Parts: sequence; structure tokens; C-alpha cells
Amino acid sequence: MERPAYLLEFEKPLRELEKQLEALHQQSLENNIDMSAELAAIEAKIEATRQDIYTHLTPWQRVQVARHPRRPYALDYVAALCTDFQELHGDRQFRDDRALVGGTAFFEGRSVMIIAQQKGRDTKENIIRNFGMPQPEGYRKALRLMKLAEKFGLPVITFIDTPGAYPGVESEARHVSEAIAVNLREMAMLKTPSIAIIVGEGGSGGALGIGVTDRVLIFENAYYSVISPEGCAAILWKDRANAPKAAEALKLNAASLKEFAVVDDVVPEPLGGAHNDPAAAAAALKDLLVRHLGELAQLDTDQLLDARYERYRALGEYREAAAK
Amino acid sequence: MTHFAKPRLPSAKAGTSKKKTKVITEGLWTKCPVSGEIVFNKDLEANQMVVPKSGYHFPIGCRERIQGMVDAGTFVEFDAQVKSADPLKFVDSAAYPDRIKRYEKESGLAEAVLCGTAKIDGIPVSLAVMDFRFCGGAMGAAVGEKITRAIERAVKLKTPCIVVSSSGGARMQEGIFSLMQMAKTSAALGRLAEARLLFVSILTYPTTGGVTASFATLGDVILAEPGALIGFAGARVIKETTKQTLPAGFQTAEFLLKHGLIDQIVSRLEMKDRLTSLLQAFHSHRYRAHKVPTAVPFPAAVAAD
Repeated sequence: MERPAYLLEFEKPLRELEKQLEALHQQSLENNIDMSAELAAIEAKIEATRQDIYTHLTPWQRVQVARHPRRPYALDYVAALCTDFQELHGDRQFRDDRALVGGTAFFEGRSVMIIAQQKGRDTKENIIRNFGMPQPEGYRKALRLMKLAEKFGLPVITFIDTPGAYPGVESEARHVSEAIAVNLREMAMLKTPSIAIIVGEGGSGGALGIGVTDRVLIFENAYYSVISPEGCAAILWKDRANAPKAAEALKLNAASLKEFAVVDDVVPEPLGGAHNDPAAAAAALKDLLVRHLGELAQLDTDQLLDARYERYRALGEYREAAAK
Repeated sequence: MTHFAKPRLPSAKAGTSKKKTKVITEGLWTKCPVSGEIVFNKDLEANQMVVPKSGYHFPIGCRERIQGMVDAGTFVEFDAQVKSADPLKFVDSAAYPDRIKRYEKESGLAEAVLCGTAKIDGIPVSLAVMDFRFCGGAMGAAVGEKITRAIERAVKLKTPCIVVSSSGGARMQEGIFSLMQMAKTSAALGRLAEARLLFVSILTYPTTGGVTASFATLGDVILAEPGALIGFAGARVIKETTKQTLPAGFQTAEFLLKHGLIDQIVSRLEMKDRLTSLLQAFHSHRYRAHKVPTAVPFPAAVAAD
């Protein structure tokens, strides 16, 4: 059997069981003894352990799954769900940002505009993709493509997967904050339906910069947060090692976000996380995309824009005492 | 989001926390950190906290700032009753509601932003002025709601909108809800733009993180106070992530003027005159005699590469 690489710390019990399984399997081969009953027992135990681990994940453990190096990335979902993706490069102003890609594709036979934050699988790819951290040009390209989609009536589908916008000198000197801010305002006004899917990391303003949409979906183990658990721990607990506590306190997981109405639906992941069965994860996403795109297609532009405005207008809890 | 070192500010309740505000209130004098000039506190306050000779801008409280910016007696506060809640039941070393009570007590303010309507040279405006003394000006749902209402009030009353920013960014203790305030305020500005009403964003020390990445950089005109720290990511985060050395004057108003983000650097002492010029140009479309502020030359310090 194939053993998944990159086991996470909390998956250790699985690793132990898999070692046992392998040893036993080897033994049965060497001694030519039928141990199928024992093997089946261990396999069942592995499944039960996996089930147990994955139904009791802590918020911090889910963050680990969201960052898993084998996790399907945006373009994996595009490849699985769409046909004829034509990447359109560049912001027409400065450069092409490879951390944030976009282009046309066909979903269920209908043309859509894809905007996607893309991480790299290995070091070489990650250097090209800047570890999924877009610079101002990425956000400006995204806006260009969204405006193009609006012009030709294509729905916009964005894939969010970033630790955050790139915190660098050039990024600041070319005003990444302004690039994000403009996207927030323009996405709120975009005269075409839009759906965002948080596939892994929803890192703060860098995620929101392509996330102001009619509908927001999130994968079961993905997270969406105002600050990384490590960053929050460093500031409030004065120690990054308290990231698990911060992850808990920030309530950054899919189920909490659904409860807060920050996301509309949670895309279920196969047991053990999306990387254990990417095809199943993609199929679950497809069902929800079909449903939400269908619902949005029923609305005219005014209804769409009013509903989108109200969606964000309503987010945030505050106290309002009677005026004196 | 980034949290910068707090600038030293006097409490809104004068004399309630002498120790923390010793730079300003200890004794009768204050020393200018740039020129070393010694100024009488009374003179400094009378000069909107700007050191007369060096032009150094000390932080100023929201109410004092409004006094210097608008026609006397025209400011009417709105939404004073909107306050922070605790949607996440957030606890770190202290519970968030206890922190809020402490911020209220220490700053003498109800929230990190003060909103209302006023007139500037007779032109009605909707105004939101942030105050760093309350929780470092961090934007939570109450701040987002108050600023959104200020923008919507401008749309409703067909007046220009002015927002003065002073904020370390998003308020972590409200988690994802604080992030969503960026979307909410920016969406409201979309409607203001659609109504073709002027939005002036004024950036003061410091304007960083989520506030910079939403309404603060969406001004039709963006003004900044001299020396204001303005940026998205914190200098420490940038250094740690990229191992880059930061250029001199990085993330200052002067740096951003040179790099094309802001329209003008404006002294607090001239802000009202400058706003009058802009409001007349974009909103009333007619020149009416007023004190025209002097053109500020491009800062010499950054003019050369």
C-alpha cells in the first residue's frame, strides 16, 4: 500500500500502525503464512484511528492540514473541474505576478473567469510562486481580469490560498495596501456574479483582496483569519509557541466561520484531509459550485449588488446602547 | 496585522494618568524630539500639538483635531453609543471586555473613532476621526460600523466625506469580524463613489495594516501629516520575512509622496485651509475667498534619490 508522505505531528499514531502493518506484511511474505486476518485487523484499526484523529482535530491541527504540502492547490481544482483554462498574464502596468494567476475556463460548459492564489509544490516552484504571497501586481491583475469578466458577463470564481500578501520593501513601495483596498471596493461593485473558495490558507487582507464576493465557500480544514496564529501569539502572548492557543481563540476554522455567516458553505473533505483523496474533494466542491452559481444566475444585477452589499454590511457584532 | 510602538499621547482626561504621558504633561514644558526645542505645553496645545519652529507633529486627540479642522461650533457627534462587543469571547492574558474597559478608562474615549457632521468653510461634511489612544486605533466591528455609517451619512446627505486615520490595523480580538470591516467600509465607499461624492482620506501617525488596506488608501484625495508612519506590513515583519534592509525614511509620508501614493503632505496647521480648497474645487465648484494655503514644496529630504 502507498504510505502518504509528510505525516503531520498529530498523525504519529497512524505512522506507528502503518509501520506495524508493513512489518507484518513483510513477515507474511517472507514466511509464506496467511496473515490476512491480522492484516485486515490492523487496516481496520488504521481507519478507525484516522477517523478518530480527523473527527477531533483542534483548530491548530486544522491549520496544519490547511498548510499540508500535499494539499491540492488552486490550479489542481481548476484542472479537475474546468476545461480549457487559458491563463491571462500581467497587470498591464509593471509585471506578471505568478503567486496570483487568472484566466478563462469552462465550468460545466459555461465560460467563467478564474482568479487563483497559487502555491508551489517544491522549493523551485515556490520561488516562482513566492510561496503564494502576491505582490501589488497580483491584485491589480486580478482586478483587470474581474473587470474583463464584468464586461463580457462571465461569473468570477476566485480560489484563496495565501499566508498573506507579500510583506516586502518593493511590495510596500508599490502600495500593496492600495491594490488590496481598490479590489475590496471594486469587487463590492462588480456587475457579475462571484464566488470565492478558501482552499487552504485564508491569510488576512491578502486573502480578502480577492474575497469580496457574492458567496464564500471554505474547505473543511481550511482557515480564514485576520492574522496568522503565530503572529497573533507573538503579539498577544509574546511567544509564537502559543500559536495553538491563538488558533483556538481566533475561531478561524470553517465551522466557526459558517456560524458567523462569514462563509456560506463548508466543502466537506475526505477523511484525512483533501490531500488524501483530491478527486473526492474536487467532486464535493463541484456540487456546491453548481448550486451556488445556479442560485446567483437567478438574480438580476441590482439584486446581486444589493445582496452583496447587505452581506458585508451585516458582518460584525457591536453593542448599541440607547442614545442619551 | 501590525502593531507599532505607541506614540506618547496625553490622556483625553487631562491629568488622570500622569506617569504614562510624562513626555507631554510632566511639568510645564515639552522637548521637541527633532530639534530639541523646549516648548511651553500651553503653547503646544494652542498650536494643535505642532512644535512651532521645527514643525514636528505630536499626536493629537480626536476632539482637539476636529476643533482645528472644522468651523467652530459646527461639529455634531453621531453614533457615540456604538461600542465594541466580544463576539469571539476572546481571552489572552486578559479578557477582551476587560481590556475594552481599560481602554475606555485610560483614553477617556468610548471607541477608537469619533464620527459626526460638521461644516468646513460653510460646506457640510460627514466626518470620522480615529484616535490611536483607544486600543491603538485598532479597527473592530464598532469602528467599522461607525465609519460605514459616516460614509452612508455622506451618501444620504449628499455631502463629502472625510476620514482621518490613526490606527495600528485590525483588532485581533475580534478575529475575522475585524477583517470583514475592511470589506464593509470599502463597499460603502463604492456607493459614495457611485454617488460622485468626494472622499478625502487623511493619514496620520500611524496608519498601518488593515486600515491602510481599506478605506485609508481609497481617498479621491489622500493627504498625510508630515512624518506620519504609513504602511501595510510592519517593519519588523518585513525584515524577518525578507531579510531586506529597509531604505531610509521607509513607510513615512515623505517616502509615500515620492512613491506616488499620497497627493500632498499637509501640516495640521493648514489642514482646514487645504480641505477648504479641495471642497470648493470638487464639491461646490466655486471659488469663495478663503485663506489659500501655501504650496508645500516637495520635501527636500526625499526630492533627490
